[in-house]
Amino acid sequence: MEIIVCIKRVPDLSEAEIEIGRDGVSLVDDDLDYDVNEWDNFAIEAAVQLKEEHGGRVTAMTVGDEESEDVLRRALAMGTDEAVHLVDDAFDGSDALGTATILQRAIADRPYDLILTGAISGDEARGHVGPMLAALLDIPMVALATELSVDGGTATIRHEVEGGLERITRMVLPALVTCQTGLNEPRYVSIRGIRKVSGMEIPVLEAGDLDLDGSQVGVAGSAVAVEEIFLPPRGEGAEMLEGSEEAVVEKLVERLQREGAF
Amino acid sequence: MPPAPAAQTYLGLSGPALQLLLLVLSLGAFSFIMWKRIGLLRLGAPDPRFDQPGTRLKNLLIVGFGQSRQPRYPVAGILHILIFFGFLILSVRSVTLIGEGFQPGFAEIGPGYSSVKDVTALAVLVCCLIAIVRRAIFRPARYHDRLAHASHAHEAYIILGLIALLMVADAVYEGSAMALAGTDARAFLPLASGASELLAGSATGTLEAFHLTGFWVHNAALLFFLCYLPVSKHFHVITALPNVFFLNLKPVGEIKPPRHDEADLDEIEALGVGKLEDFTWKHILDFYSCTDCGRCSDHCPAYFTGTPLSPRMISIKCRDAAYTGYPILGGWKPKAEQPVLVGETISDAELWACTTCGACEEACPVLIEYVDKIVDMRRYLVDAGRVPASLQKPLADLEKRGNPYGKPSRKRAAWIEAGKEAGSGANPEGEGERGVRTLAPGDETDHLFFTDSCAAYDPRIQETAGAFARVMTAAGADIGTLGKDEVDSGHEVRRLGEEGLFEELRDTNLEALGAREFKSVVTTDPHAFNALTHSYGLEQPVRHHSQVMAELIRNGKLDLRAPNDDRVYTFHDPCYLGRHNGEYQAPREVLDRLGLRTVEMERSRNRSFCCGGGSLYLFYEGESESRMGEARVAMAEKAGAQVVVTACPFCLINLEDAIKTTGREGRMEVVDLAELVDRSLSAPAD
Repeated sequence: MEIIVCIKRVPDLSEAEIEIGRDGVSLVDDDLDYDVNEWDNFAIEAAVQLKEEHGGRVTAMTVGDEESEDVLRRALAMGTDEAVHLVDDAFDGSDALGTATILQRAIADRPYDLILTGAISGDEARGHVGPMLAALLDIPMVALATELSVDGGTATIRHEVEGGLERITRMVLPALVTCQTGLNEPRYVSIRGIRKVSGMEIPVLEAGDLDLDGSQVGVAGSAVAVEEIFLPPRGEGAEMLEGSEEAVVEKLVERLQREGAF
Repeated sequence: MPPAPAAQTYLGLSGPALQLLLLVLSLGAFSFIMWKRIGLLRLGAPDPRFDQPGTRLKNLLIVGFGQSRQPRYPVAGILHILIFFGFLILSVRSVTLIGEGFQPGFAEIGPGYSSVKDVTALAVLVCCLIAIVRRAIFRPARYHDRLAHASHAHEAYIILGLIALLMVADAVYEGSAMALAGTDARAFLPLASGASELLAGSATGTLEAFHLTGFWVHNAALLFFLCYLPVSKHFHVITALPNVFFLNLKPVGEIKPPRHDEADLDEIEALGVGKLEDFTWKHILDFYSCTDCGRCSDHCPAYFTGTPLSPRMISIKCRDAAYTGYPILGGWKPKAEQPVLVGETISDAELWACTTCGACEEACPVLIEYVDKIVDMRRYLVDAGRVPASLQKPLADLEKRGNPYGKPSRKRAAWIEAGKEAGSGANPEGEGERGVRTLAPGDETDHLFFTDSCAAYDPRIQETAGAFARVMTAAGADIGTLGKDEVDSGHEVRRLGEEGLFEELRDTNLEALGAREFKSVVTTDPHAFNALTHSYGLEQPVRHHSQVMAELIRNGKLDLRAPNDDRVYTFHDPCYLGRHNGEYQAPREVLDRLGLRTVEMERSRNRSFCCGGGSLYLFYEGESESRMGEARVAMAEKAGAQVVVTACPFCLINLEDAIKTTGREGRMEVVDLAELVDRSLSAPAD
């Protein structure tokens, strides 16, 4: 089985002190630490597990600057067999369609049975690239998978749908699946593991290699542009519920119900 | 006269021929079994344990022949000491009785030895009977491991029964001879005389039969005993002394390198221990030497709080796996087909439950090592990517930011600034006094204060660091930190098996340390103290703040005021200060000098009970029935203490937490030693 995993290097914003750049549409990244997008990590783990079960080959791919090689190395350390780095100045500023187009060009001529991506990226949070890539490749797709198995030429996916429902879908391969939290517990990547793959060759493909020109990708090829990013204004002060432990819990549940949290 | 066993004929076999037959059969079987057992040792990883023969001999005399670890359990310990010395004394008798099978009179080596061996035999017999009754009727909880799958208890009865049989058979042999000779006791032989009195009045033929039967039963039982030892848990009779001789001579707090024959981590093919043969030969010898006595698990805080770990079962299960995979009879399976050790024989959860406190090793009478084995198996898990989710985030943060909290590295020295702003005096601007400084590369100081992550980022522990800084300032000491150039010491990183990350953290710190001039390193964290002392190879001495403060007080550098406090204090020994580094005195000296009322907990000093583990263990979410910290504050309360003093940031966090979760808030308090000294500096004069 040939599996392709599309991954992305994103800033870890959980503990970072976020500062908006002067342009108003980017983050100051002096103090930002980058890592593989959390959801993509589930995709890598799923791909490696499928390979361990069924045999085959896993290729990790990313569209990103030179430093994105880090996340490809990490994917190799987790057990992917190959990595492909799609990098070109012309790719900078691509929107989801642009990124999907780059990936589609890189994937179209390769053999593949299954493409896995993260459900969403931690920085952009749109969840578009996976579905757009499936559309460009003209293959079926399922989003937000929480379970995934492959049997011969079909994949069975458990995934979330609206209203808290879950659904089991069967899909003929080749197909694309976007991966959601809960799909698996990604393996740990040790420093030694990273060092072991440090010598592995990672082929680089540029716009020319993919027959792309600047009008199709990058800022010029984007139909979507960010207007502004900002930290939401601080809300009003927290309200402290008073009373005994039980009374507080009761009040809290009541309030949450009233506000439609359940 | 009693008939000489060697002069008789048995079913056509002469006495010496029968003795020879027994001897050849048993020695043949014994050699074959030992050859197989040693064969497995030879498959183990290398471990250089032949250095420092003098020190090894000394330990053999103290811990082996001196039985120094036995008295911790008075009843079992004294029984064992008596049986052990009984064995030594009676070994002469055993050999001479075999000689007696070849030549009449061989066993008569003088009335002096006869008396000694007879009294000894009586004592050993009584000890065996007490031990049997103890096990069968009083059933000490220690012998019944909650996590044991297969019981080896029957082996204890077989061995105790065999020893008792040896004593009785010899008594019958000797007693019947005395009855036949009709003489009064020639020497003081209480056991033989007793047997003689019981047999007195029997016909001569019966006495002769008793005499010969006693002899051959003794010799046959002895030779069977020899062969039974290496297939039972009583292999320790043979392996315990070598196991003690080959003890671990590196400092207790140090972790063994992944391989003794390959220093470069990246050159090691399979990291850690995943299969039995990945253990060093000495660690396999440990398995042979375990007697299933349960002293380790009886002291293990993880076992106490109901986690899946029982150190004793690590030894027992590995030994069972060894004997299954490498049986005495039948072929050995090739390595590739051996049972899966880590993940099946020993579960992942078992391995992560260990806080590496070292209580088990301190309790083991034959010096079996556990921490190194557990760390070796974790190294395998880490290499295979099998790390619990709760530990992956802090490990990733350590890799990226040098601390497990995910805080920015540039904020590492922020506590010093915060102390200044809040006027808490971590950096007071008093004239002539120097507070704690953040050292730039090229700067000099006397005391380099290695804060480590917890003191740098945890608000509660920042107070401890501040208190220590104030104490140092009051003493006029020059103290500085590495500031944002410091990263985590990597102590727990290494113990969790992430050797590569440990090496990176250590090298980052060494670079920062190398860029500054200092006379000594001081830290408030015993874990950092242990890592810096044993794993960093620094030229400068590394000291724990308790040692520095004890010295300052001793030298009159601190102006301490009399305490105005009638509460009772107790000192909780942090594992990595006490057990792993032998420092029990300095913190107690400080407490004494402060003039506080103190009391000792039952489990103190080298028996101290771990608070729950430091650094990364604070993040680990494993299954357990209760929490170590909660058990510990209950112990402090039982000892009559209202204040628990410790000298470790993690002990402070865990015990403070436990006081809250057990509803002891307001009744009990936990403080760091530095905070106590700081309080007595600023206490108003009476």
